[in-house]
Amino acid sequence: MSALLSVRDLHVSYGAIKAVRGISFDINEGEIVTLIGANGAGKSTTLNTVAGLIRPESGTVEFDGSSVVGVPAHKVVARGMALCPEGRRVFTQMSVAENLEMGGYTRSDAENKETLEKVYAHFPRLKERRGQVAGTLSGGEQQMLAMGRALMSKPRLLMLDEPSMGLAPILVQEIFDIVKQLNDAGTTILLVEQNANMALSIADRAYVLEIGTIKKSGTGAELLVDDDVRKAYLGG
Amino acid sequence: MDGVALIVSQVLNGLQLGSIYALVALGYTMVYGIILLLNFAHGDIIMAGAYILWIVLAQLGLNPVVAMLLAVAGCTLLGVVIDKVAYAPLRNAPRLSVLITAIGVSYFLENGAQLIFGADAKVVPSFAPVSSIQVGGLSLSFVALITVLVTALSTVVLTFLVQKTKLGKAMRAVSEDMGAARLMGVNVNNTITFTFAVGSALAGIGAVLYVMAYPQATPTMGMMLGTKAFVAAVLGGIGSIPGAVVGAMLVGFSEVFVSAIGLSVWRDAVVFLLLIIVLIVRPTGIFGRTMSEKV
Repeated sequence: MSALLSVRDLHVSYGAIKAVRGISFDINEGEIVTLIGANGAGKSTTLNTVAGLIRPESGTVEFDGSSVVGVPAHKVVARGMALCPEGRRVFTQMSVAENLEMGGYTRSDAENKETLEKVYAHFPRLKERRGQVAGTLSGGEQQMLAMGRALMSKPRLLMLDEPSMGLAPILVQEIFDIVKQLNDAGTTILLVEQNANMALSIADRAYVLEIGTIKKSGTGAELLVDDDVRKAYLGG
Repeated sequence: MDGVALIVSQVLNGLQLGSIYALVALGYTMVYGIILLLNFAHGDIIMAGAYILWIVLAQLGLNPVVAMLLAVAGCTLLGVVIDKVAYAPLRNAPRLSVLITAIGVSYFLENGAQLIFGADAKVVPSFAPVSSIQVGGLSLSFVALITVLVTALSTVVLTFLVQKTKLGKAMRAVSEDMGAARLMGVNVNNTITFTFAVGSALAGIGAVLYVMAYPQATPTMGMMLGTKAFVAAVLGGIGSIPGAVVGAMLVGFSEVFVSAIGLSVWRDAVVFLLLIIVLIVRPTGIFGRTMSEKV
């Protein structure tokens, strides 16, 4: 079976700083795959590179069998990959509905109308607040908006960068439940998280990143009980 | 009756001057809103528009409607070319580099015009169909009325464009967060160029209306006009569309008022004094919001 996303020997630098040093991983259709690791391990850099925001120094990124290296970010979306960025980055001065509309920028109005109903079904709170300016939403609601916005492009692969960041534990649970639901509904998910416990508990497979390289990989369940992982990332 | 006529005509003068400043200020504020650039070459686009009018009307002797359309089209094209040639290669450069480039473009346009057309003023033949119209016993300047009307209409169309259309929403998204807009599938570069096109088209309309009232073209005519419009944009809160219009009206009315009470030599000083006061009391301008630095 060929992977939906296939990353091979990826190197990314910011000037003289090497952020990612030769990582390779695969994501198969229908999976939840998570990249865990400490701050600065290269998780977000990897996502941003896959999404086309950063050009890699070397290595290949293939999505659905064709290379996306050098494809600008605004064209990557139309190919079926959406990144819900770290820190949510909703358009705070635009309404909830307008934010969602931006998410469907590459799609036709008719398609967006249909997708919007699905997004509202996943996030009923967004429907209630559709006229509200996004900057006035709570952190959890903004995270839902950022995820809903990414879903508006009908991605086959949804990349989530630290969706639980800065949220109260009860909201973290809610967000992860929604991630699971989205996956059950057929969206493949690449999840980057510092909350390793949560991430591993919903992931089919996981990769552990350390200073730009992959240290370990396995199923979510395996890594949850792995001694090294427990010590380094799960606080025990 | 004379008193009323005087007041009405002065109010109209204020509105007329404010309208022209508004059309220029809108371009300033839109470009600032999207890439945080004070486009100092913006005023010189008016100058280019004035020369286009002169060429088409005085040299080629074509129809005024053709001249007006060519002036607006020429200004739009010039704005796009300036962005593509001078600013687009600097999209990831520090803001100061782009600012210095803008000053350079301004000098280039002014000196280029002087090289081509000479330093003396070129007189543009009058192209307003009538000079005044009678309303209820009052004689009102046709040019002033049309200026106010066209500006009001342009502002409405611009507001609709920015608030309701797909491109307008993309502009707002880019202005708030370029990276996030890119992730939505927005071509940021093209959106910025489009913003320059819209701003320059408004400057082109401003040029037509300005030359209708003051029928000549000089290489440096855009300088003071641009500076006043810049003051207007800052007064209103740079980045804000309603702010640009309100700021421009404030500047226009101040100038007309100062002239009307016989202190016309002070009119420029009063405008800058107004700017200083606003910057002290409310540095973000009337409609401005405090902006956090982008990371």
